[in-house]
Amino acid sequence: MKPPRSLRKLTEKLAVVNVTEEVIKVEGLTKIFNKHLVAVDHVSFSVKQGEIFGFLGPNGAGKTTTINMLITVLKPTSGKASILGYDIAKEANAVRYSIGVVPQEYTADEDLTGIENILLCADLYGIPREVSKKRAEELLELVELTKFKDKKVQTYSGGMRRRLELACGLINRPRVLFLDEPTLGLDVQTRAATWNYIKKLKKEFGMTLFMTTHYLEEADALCDRIAIIDHGKIVVIGTPDELKENLGGDIITLSIKQDADITNLVKKVERVKEVKKDDGMYLIKSENGEVTAPLIIESLRKEGYVVTKLSLSKPTLNEVYLQYTGRSIRDTEESPETVFAQRHTMRRARM
Amino acid sequence: MSTANNVTKSKIHGLWALTNRELKKWYKAPVVFVLTLIQPVIWLGLLGNALNLSSLFSADSIQIPPDIIMQFSPAQIAALSQFFNGLQDQIMRSTFGTTSYLSFMAVGMIAFTALFTTMFSGMSVVWDRRLGFLNKVLSTPVSRGVIIVSKVLSATLRAMFQAAIILIIAIPFGFTFGAAFTPLNILGVFAMLFLICMGLSSMFIAINVRSTRIETPMAVTNLLNLPLTFASSAFFPIERMPEWLQVVAKVNPLSYTIDGMRQLLIFDTINYSQLALDFAFVGIFALVLTSIGIVLSWRFLNK
Repeated sequence: MKPPRSLRKLTEKLAVVNVTEEVIKVEGLTKIFNKHLVAVDHVSFSVKQGEIFGFLGPNGAGKTTTINMLITVLKPTSGKASILGYDIAKEANAVRYSIGVVPQEYTADEDLTGIENILLCADLYGIPREVSKKRAEELLELVELTKFKDKKVQTYSGGMRRRLELACGLINRPRVLFLDEPTLGLDVQTRAATWNYIKKLKKEFGMTLFMTTHYLEEADALCDRIAIIDHGKIVVIGTPDELKENLGGDIITLSIKQDADITNLVKKVERVKEVKKDDGMYLIKSENGEVTAPLIIESLRKEGYVVTKLSLSKPTLNEVYLQYTGRSIRDTEESPETVFAQRHTMRRARM
Repeated sequence: MSTANNVTKSKIHGLWALTNRELKKWYKAPVVFVLTLIQPVIWLGLLGNALNLSSLFSADSIQIPPDIIMQFSPAQIAALSQFFNGLQDQIMRSTFGTTSYLSFMAVGMIAFTALFTTMFSGMSVVWDRRLGFLNKVLSTPVSRGVIIVSKVLSATLRAMFQAAIILIIAIPFGFTFGAAFTPLNILGVFAMLFLICMGLSSMFIAINVRSTRIETPMAVTNLLNLPLTFASSAFFPIERMPEWLQVVAKVNPLSYTIDGMRQLLIFDTINYSQLALDFAFVGIFALVLTSIGIVLSWRFLNK
């Protein structure tokens, strides 16, 4: 695995940008199960106020273990982490009061109605009934479940259940919201709708979001910053664009009318990193391809060459992911317990 | 956005919410609720009447050959039959402490139902784990102890409710209260039930808190269920059991629970020193098991 250059770059940057408040601060967080199974290995990162921070990684990489430590469900073996300045180990209760959690599974009770479920969540925070009733109504309105609030959760669709989980996670007005695979098992439209709710809620409450996801396109579109975790270690952190650019940039494919070798000519163009000739086509690697492509055409025309075909492809997060983890996001093994919970969730989602 | 201002920071907040969640699953699901009411009727109606042990000792149950009967005068036969019927009462009283086997068994039934209901508390812990609910609760400021106590409490309340139903249903089936019975004794019965249910459900939670498979509590349940029931005085008096079984039955907390409840409900005279022993035994059982259950779960939940 290549040493992530961007990581160094970013650490330097962070040291300078330290003006914004760091809501989540993690230093050398480690979790070892049964004395030898290292699930999370000296993970360090920080999340700024108002950011959407995405955690990506294959199953078993340590995403859920990390999130479970941050939400005070698991105790770290070593290392430190704080949320809003509260230590997750020493001031767990203060952390619990200030965070919201939207778990991967559908945890709402099927035999209870929507509103009963939200009120149950409120009771777990000790919020008095007169306050929680008002908040529950507001939240139901926000996630558009008011019409269904007195129906048993059994009758809810996957998207409705997810929205109910969201409402539950917000009942204590958290400043940091943790979302574990918030769109697992939902179809494309429902996923998009769910994200609209999440964005709306974030805007409404000005929260900081920490999420894990399997859907790379989603992470790309929504997250301000992303950390890729594998074998319990963070392999790279950065904005989606930074990560993609780090791969070496975009690929410009072109062909010319004339039968001549233009490799050296193209190489002189600004930002061009690599030129390969393949079957009469030139494959050019460059950062900011959309800016470089016109420059290439321009310099070729000056020499009298005519460009006949040109295409530009941007690297996706998928390629970033493959580069750093060496495997595709889907072909990994899971513990039976996770599989069961996921299957249950997905079955409910499809109802 | 102040979270801290409108929050009551009591140590036991959420206790009733979590307990009620368990109870709602039961009383808000009409099918489950009705079935739990029908179950004792079937037990009492079928088992209580099918095992009509007192009829074994009646005069009708002895078929005397006609040639022997011929030797007696009708007056002698009548006297003999009266003698046998008197004997029946004597045998029943000395064996079961009451003339009605149904009454004897109904009390055993109450304890059996308590055992059965509390077993579900172990299962619900595993379900909560598997469906992710436990993790969600753990991320809220609810005390870890409250999570466990709510399970114990809901199983206890449920078992006590069902015990009351059994008692009410048993009356039309022929349940007879003992001469020493006063309505105040009912309080004692519920105190006894409360203790045994606390102990049993803590035990089942302690056994299951670490398991992630739903098969584990089922296997544990099947393993413990029958020995706990039959190596107790639920259906048969301990004194008439073989000696090795008596040893088992005498350490079985269910035996003491049942004996205490029988003293309070169906016996004609209450042996107060025995009753005190019953309460002491079940009380210590409840105290020890609840402590173990809470400590074990606490350690596990704080992993």
